[in-house]
Amino acid sequence: MYPNDLLYTKTHEWARVEGETATMGVTWFAQEQLGDLTFVELPEIGRSVTPGEEIGSVESVKAASEIYSPLAGEVIKVNQDLENAPELVNQDPYGRGWMVRIRLSARPEGLLEASAYAALTAGQGH
Amino acid sequence: MQELKTTPLTSWHRENGAKMAPFAGYDMPVQYEGILAEHRQTRESASVFDICHMGEFTLEGPGAAEALDGLVTQDVRKLAPGRCGYGFLLNPKAGVLDDLIVYRRGPDRYLIVVNAACEDSDFVWMSQRLPQSLALTNISAKTAKIDLQGPRSREVLEDALGEDCGRLPYFGFAETGFQNAWLLISRTGYTGELGYELYLPSDAALDLWRTLVGHPLARPAGLGARDTLRLEMGYPLYGQDLDPEHTPVEAGYGRLLGKAAPFLGKPALGRVNERLIPLLIDGRRAARHNDRVLLPSGAEVGAVTSGSFAPSLSCCVALAYVRADAAEEPAFRIAAQRAELDARRATLPFYTQGTARNPLD
Repeated sequence: MYPNDLLYTKTHEWARVEGETATMGVTWFAQEQLGDLTFVELPEIGRSVTPGEEIGSVESVKAASEIYSPLAGEVIKVNQDLENAPELVNQDPYGRGWMVRIRLSARPEGLLEASAYAALTAGQGH
Repeated sequence: MQELKTTPLTSWHRENGAKMAPFAGYDMPVQYEGILAEHRQTRESASVFDICHMGEFTLEGPGAAEALDGLVTQDVRKLAPGRCGYGFLLNPKAGVLDDLIVYRRGPDRYLIVVNAACEDSDFVWMSQRLPQSLALTNISAKTAKIDLQGPRSREVLEDALGEDCGRLPYFGFAETGFQNAWLLISRTGYTGELGYELYLPSDAALDLWRTLVGHPLARPAGLGARDTLRLEMGYPLYGQDLDPEHTPVEAGYGRLLGKAAPFLGKPALGRVNERLIPLLIDGRRAARHNDRVLLPSGAEVGAVTSGSFAPSLSCCVALAYVRADAAEEPAFRIAAQRAELDARRATLPFYTQGTARNPLD
């Protein structure tokens, strides 16, 4: 549920850092809590983002939630498949359900390892 | 917080991985495998819903027909035995206290099915206004309700209960048995699909539930899918789209209010301040309960009562009360939490392929 090669936020985003760029999305826990996603709003390409900044939102049949950037940098790509197929986030949150690619302007800071994130979520939810 | 009530099926839901949430004071299943899958299952095959939270009253005694006729909007005296009718319980200002189904079981024998949240207040309201000579009994606690809905529901029902038991007219019902218990089969529902609402004693509910969900064409579905299914048909939900501040005429049910005989609230039905209108929203971002409704000019004219992504339509739909003088406008704006949405005046049902009224062989 929480791959070891990713970093996590307390607000349920994940980040895969690869050199100067990182890919991010929302975690298995987030999509499980929201249920079937019906809408994903992503940021404009070129936007500068800072850690903890609201960069988009997701809606499910019953709920809505914000997406926060885990990292500092510039948005260089967004997953346009999610516009018409938000269910990819439910089906494959760390793969085809990725959301945003960021060119990093600073090293990741304050993010959780998989084990710490798993411990955080263990006490939440149903 | 008051402890949540359970149904005879609550343990089954938990053991089978349902996500549970409070609804009308009950611990109810919102979904099992997912709202979208359960919605599709209901439109394409058959789903089984735990609706045990709803309330049931019986009314019996000489003069029951005349007395009930004065309290509800249905023409209960004209209702033939074996038929049921949808209508409303009104206050003196014609505000909706509840929407309910009245079943005529015999000349002076009725079953009245009410919303869970209104069960206690309806019972008091009706008790105070019906003659003491009649027996009004709240049988909700010992009565289970299971809905079987979907185009294949007749096959599921008849495999479980016997040939031809599903052969009923729309809004017709029959009283029969399941094992050694009483069972009422009603060809009604809240999804727009062919289907049945099944009433039986609580202690027999789990056996019937297991039989139905064990059928290869049927799966359990939760209140999440029930809500998207009913909203695609434009069926109102009490507490959101119906309330004591609005009349059934304002809610769009003038066609059901033609009864000649007097009934409580009837003289006030002419008051029309707002109308409940259907709205189609382009795109996938949904309007939600209480979002403000504006004209293109920016003037605020009302508020959304129900809104959701509509899985069978791949866009969003909403119901909203707007000022009566704005109700026929073709275009609106909805001030949703994160964006302003364009909405178009639509007609009901939003979803037009439903099988509920299909004739049966």
